Amino acid sequence: MKQEEINEQGRRDFLKTAAIATIAATACGSLACSCSSKKAATGDKVKLLSPEGEIVEIDSSYLNHQEHMAIVSKLEAREGIAGKKFVMVVDLARCKNARKCISACQKWHYRPEETEWLTVKLLKDSDKAAPYWFPKQCFHCDNPPCVKVCPVDATFKRQDGLVLIDNNRCIGCKFCMAACPYSTRVFNWDEPELSLDIRDLAYNPETGIPAKVGTVEKCDFCPDRAREGLLPPCVEACPNGVFYFGDENEDAVCNGEETVSFTQLIKDKGGYRYMEELGTKPRVYYLPPKDRQFPVERGYEDLDSNLKKRFESVMEPDKQKD
Amino acid sequence: MELNSYQQKAFQHQRPFLEKFGKLNWLLTFFFLVWIAGGAYALYLQIAKGHGVTGMRDNVVWGLFIVNFIFFIGLSYAGAIIAGVLHLLKVPWGKPFIRLAQMMTIISVIVGPIFILLCVGRFDRLHHLFIYPRIQSPMTWDVMAVVTFFAGAVLFLYLALIKDLAVYRDAGLKGPKWRQKLYKFFALGYRGGASQKRHLIISQNLMAIIMIPLSIIVASILSWIFGMTLRPGWHSTIFGPYFVLGALYSGTGVLIVAMWYYRRSHKLDQYLTDQIFRYMGYAMMVLAAAYGYFTFSEYFTGWFGSEKWDSELIHKLFSPGEYGWWTLFANLAGIVFPILVVAIPATRKTNWITAAALIMVLAMWVKRYLIIVPTLESTLLPMQDTRTEYVKYSATWPEWLLTGAGLASFFLFFLLMSKFVTIVPVSGLEETDHTHKHVKAPELSNTTKEDIQPA
Repeated sequence: MKQEEINEQGRRDFLKTAAIATIAATACGSLACSCSSKKAATGDKVKLLSPEGEIVEIDSSYLNHQEHMAIVSKLEAREGIAGKKFVMVVDLARCKNARKCISACQKWHYRPEETEWLTVKLLKDSDKAAPYWFPKQCFHCDNPPCVKVCPVDATFKRQDGLVLIDNNRCIGCKFCMAACPYSTRVFNWDEPELSLDIRDLAYNPETGIPAKVGTVEKCDFCPDRAREGLLPPCVEACPNGVFYFGDENEDAVCNGEETVSFTQLIKDKGGYRYMEELGTKPRVYYLPPKDRQFPVERGYEDLDSNLKKRFESVMEPDKQKD
Repeated sequence: MELNSYQQKAFQHQRPFLEKFGKLNWLLTFFFLVWIAGGAYALYLQIAKGHGVTGMRDNVVWGLFIVNFIFFIGLSYAGAIIAGVLHLLKVPWGKPFIRLAQMMTIISVIVGPIFILLCVGRFDRLHHLFIYPRIQSPMTWDVMAVVTFFAGAVLFLYLALIKDLAVYRDAGLKGPKWRQKLYKFFALGYRGGASQKRHLIISQNLMAIIMIPLSIIVASILSWIFGMTLRPGWHSTIFGPYFVLGALYSGTGVLIVAMWYYRRSHKLDQYLTDQIFRYMGYAMMVLAAAYGYFTFSEYFTGWFGSEKWDSELIHKLFSPGEYGWWTLFANLAGIVFPILVVAIPATRKTNWITAAALIMVLAMWVKRYLIIVPTLESTLLPMQDTRTEYVKYSATWPEWLLTGAGLASFFLFFLLMSKFVTIVPVSGLEETDHTHKHVKAPELSNTTKEDIQPA
């Protein structure tokens, strides 16, 4: 499809979702906080396409900026952002399991506490090796085993490198979950609890909101934010600048504090991809935990007991044996 | 349809089972329906509340359902291969139970796929498999395989039934009129004319030739749902043949058990002879040895090569604290025991062989569980999860209830089908008793000739 057509389609879809969101908001007041505060009419009229396909004119004061609103068409969400090749670099030397990335991710994606799209593991590669914290999100592989096995094209690889899921298409066979060697994907086993402000949002694979029971979901590298030039919340929230996110084509990655050359960073710090031998070609690179900024215990001592249990077998192997 | 005296006798013997339903059958039907109703309730729960009611979670994403799917669909493939080979090679001792093999094929290809549907989180979107099919997915291959196989199995069974349907039609069986009409309709006006015979034999031969490789292909495709992933224990080149053999092996076992049951309940000793049990026992023994060989190769290479994840899985399978006892059971009861029972002349008896087959079938079910669940519990990255249900799979009661319902519907289908057709096919039946090795009656050898060289 030609670019203009995509844009045209995108514009229409945008207008449509905007109209739906606004009309829903004004009519039934489901977005309680955003529309209860009555604004004075500005006099500016905006033309919108109603769900019935009619052009309606409403006052611009009724329009609210809504986060997580689908700003692209389904088709564009499948194609990806032209010219981009997203990449992430995780500096293991900087991680102290502060878990700010997790909470930011959970908050942004409205995830319940238990299901984490982004997790931090405590890895210990061999008996004598030193343990290290290992943040892990979706690797957005260039040869994704999950995409290969999806029977309905619900999970797909985009030209900008992202692997996304369309939860309107997903039949919930979980084949992708069995196929992902990194156990990245999570399933909505029960009806997800959705807060009022996202319940009625128009779904788009780029936002992943709202979640649906019986479908698969995972870390999406926040493409809706990338479109607006924003970093993913995990990158922003990290107090130590562990995550660098950027564009391989531009050869620039940013951790919120500094923007550096991707190739230089990988070259200088010995970047590698996790389990390269599987041939999945991840788009996430790791920098080895050399010259660490924090002792590994720093991420363990202050955890609450339930979280501590996760890492007990690595941190206190003797205790486990008893 | 004209029958010779031997066939006539076989038909008259089985006739009452077609004409009467009987108290016991009503009771059994009721019992099975109760189980199926229980399963329906569990299914309702699963749809209404989500898959959270099952024991499946993010790591072990598949459980009992997929185990049952592999088990039943395996029986189906086995039935088609057995029936196809018996038909093509014109094995005389195979004729009395070829129908049982075909019934098993058709019934398990109905029951099996229900279980894979139960693994699907969104029932309302099943049509996506057909409107958004993605050809590179092994799941899509499997959908095509099962659908093709189902069509083939129906045709194969039906072609084999036509002669008998004509017999039932002409016999004027007591019973409801609609059944008589069904016989008449589905017999397609078969009268046993030369041209009819020829066409029927040709189509049956064709279907048998198609069904054997088809079964092997579809069983391999089933294995590739697992073999194509990068998981320890699954990502193995022998998975295709391993599954084909596993299917054939457990199918032989179920067939022996089914023969034993109908021999007793329908008093078919004369047709389902001890000799048949012995021969099937031999088949079971050879398949057991072959399956044991595959299993040994699989475990031995994994253990000897001792790659990290392979050896973790092997450790899980063999340590008594985890799956050790089940592995022991699956291999002793599933491989060693049947071989011994058939190998030792003293136990090479119908009842022993059947008992060994029954235990082996159970062990083969456990084996499927051991193929699926421990691998899913062995993630490449450490789980580091405190939610026990996410770390270790244990099936919940709705899953067991649905498993029971699947089994009940398997039995119920057998029961109902045995009221429409005779268990031992009557047309084309030959008197074979190799134990006495007496010369065949001339009219019977004519029948054989006709079958081989029609018209």
